[in-house]
Amino acid sequence: MTTSEDLYAGSSETTEGRVFTVTGQDWGSITEGLADAGDADERVVVNMGPQHPSTHGVLRLILELEGETVTEARCGIGYLHTGIEKNMEFRSWTQGVTFCTRMDYLSPFYNEMTYVLGVERLLDIEDQIPEKAEVMRVLLMELNRISSHLVCIATGGMEIGALTVMTIGFRERELVLDLFELITGLRMNHAFIRPGGVAQDLPPGALDEIRDFIALMKKRLPEYAALCNANPIFKARLENVGHLDLAGCLALGMTGPVLRSTGYPWDLRKTQPYSGYEDYDFEVQTWDTCDSYGRFRVRLAEMWESLKIVEQAADRLARLEGAPVMVADKKIAWPSQLAIGSDGMGNSLDHIRHIMGESMEALIHHFKLVTEGFRVPPGQAYVPIESPRGELGAHVVSDGGTRPFRAHFRDPSFTNLQATSVMSEGGMVADVIVAIASIDPVMGGVDR
Amino acid sequence: MTDEKKVEQPAPEQSQDNVPAPAGEVHPVGTRRGMFGVHGSGDTSGYGGLVSPIVYPAAAQRPFGGWYDEVADALEERLRADGLDHAVESVVIHRGEITFHLRREDVVAVAQMLRDDPRLRFELCSGVSGVHYPDDAGHELHAVYHLLSMTHNRRIRLEVSAPDADPHIPSVVGVYPTCDWHERETFDMFGIVFDGHPALTRILMPDDWPGHPQRKDYPLGGIPVEYKGGSIPPPDQRRSYN
Repeated sequence: MTTSEDLYAGSSETTEGRVFTVTGQDWGSITEGLADAGDADERVVVNMGPQHPSTHGVLRLILELEGETVTEARCGIGYLHTGIEKNMEFRSWTQGVTFCTRMDYLSPFYNEMTYVLGVERLLDIEDQIPEKAEVMRVLLMELNRISSHLVCIATGGMEIGALTVMTIGFRERELVLDLFELITGLRMNHAFIRPGGVAQDLPPGALDEIRDFIALMKKRLPEYAALCNANPIFKARLENVGHLDLAGCLALGMTGPVLRSTGYPWDLRKTQPYSGYEDYDFEVQTWDTCDSYGRFRVRLAEMWESLKIVEQAADRLARLEGAPVMVADKKIAWPSQLAIGSDGMGNSLDHIRHIMGESMEALIHHFKLVTEGFRVPPGQAYVPIESPRGELGAHVVSDGGTRPFRAHFRDPSFTNLQATSVMSEGGMVADVIVAIASIDPVMGGVDR
Repeated sequence: MTDEKKVEQPAPEQSQDNVPAPAGEVHPVGTRRGMFGVHGSGDTSGYGGLVSPIVYPAAAQRPFGGWYDEVADALEERLRADGLDHAVESVVIHRGEITFHLRREDVVAVAQMLRDDPRLRFELCSGVSGVHYPDDAGHELHAVYHLLSMTHNRRIRLEVSAPDADPHIPSVVGVYPTCDWHERETFDMFGIVFDGHPALTRILMPDDWPGHPQRKDYPLGGIPVEYKGGSIPPPDQRRSYN
């Protein structure tokens, strides 16, 4: 066979049958090879990924095909496993935030939030979190929901060839990341939500930037609707693809936009409110088609709702200028309020002057709290929140020490990815990509 | 904080958490020595001789209060009808979360009841989380299930334990198919064998990986650093506070 001379697209005989290596545009070699062997009707097992641009990160798919129809679809995961949960067992409770924020890298604030809520429940300080900290958490989470949904819609568009959707999606997401950088010092991996509150107060001018962003997004969000909602090509690719009804969702533990695309308005922000979500005016968005198009519309509508919440949070923050953002208990609250520099968080010179020049007790207190940390009473807690992908929860176990005894994250990407088989089998191979994009898995969260 | 919230929260002196457990109810899981968790160096603090037991929240007494009793009553009734009176070993209520500790052989039957009984109706299982308590003799490995009833808007936790010498727990995949990957992950990380799982293989670690990394006795690696012959010991052997 001539194709065997091609170093990158050859074929070889194994005990399992003939194996073809395909990269990019070499699908012709498979059809030729199968025609040669006279077994064109037989099943083909295709390994896709883990390094494939349209598998949403390092996800490996094993597809069994008959012609262009998928008869079986399986996922191989674990390529991004970094042992974050194990690492957290060797860091203090506060340092744990720095690790878990890196799991689902498109929604870092949610990872921090669910972990911190668990720690706060074990500490029994849930009622002592200052109002301003709660409002700032909500503000950051809802901005994060917008940026996460934008990436989902952008990459989902790219994977079906709608490159404009990709470019405008990332354009708007960058605006959100600029806000994050202004408020937390970092675009991603913020470690900003801490047990007891948030790391910093809002910097001057942040509210004006947020208001500008809201005004701009109100102009830009309709562009997505105009581009996609009634676009015949877009609809043809998404409608009736990746079907999963309510019973299937509950059996497989699906939550988030996938569940809401079946018409069931389950949103933890409404049903089991946390961080004061009961005080905001917003609607739970649903669609009733159970397919990828429905999930797209749910996400699009949720960005509007998030914008509404951001607006209300900004108004409340304007009234809370100068209010505390950390719990009053000095045995838990981080001793210094660091300054935000051009390269992330920097030193607070006032605090250094205080502990180094004025008060020995303040130095001891700082040293003890920062190196040893605080103790959390023994027990376990699970406080799930509504992340952009569904129910995200941290099972936090303490043995009374200064470090988590165990922190396990129930990541919605991990759970929802189990639906790949159900959503893809019996459909076309090109629809597998659309179905997976509609789940919106983030492999950092899946593999942790 | 709204005023409503304050009313719901009982004063600390009267809350369930602060009711002392009856003698014999509390069993310590391990001990903590010294004040600052320092080991491997001399005791300079003067507190090195302290020994304190690690005690988890004790079993709750009836009445539990609120909807906890409704769930417990409905479950008890169903269990009695099926001759499984002793399936629930204890009930712990801590920080507003209720945990049912189950005998491991009954976990599937109980999960089935919790899912199907109209008074319980826990439709959604949020997954399985493993915990390794090396000092809890005879109950070293725990599998923790978080269940959600969307019908009644309630959450409960199930906890099942298995000894290290016999790390088997029946699989609940038949009742909650979502536990497929979660049980594989718990097997991968803790070595708990879920009997009856359709394909219990590793999921996050490579297929040929030796050992189960989330166990407390899993050896950790140190990083050799080329600086005057120094090297960093593994995290569990470093001087640390805990």
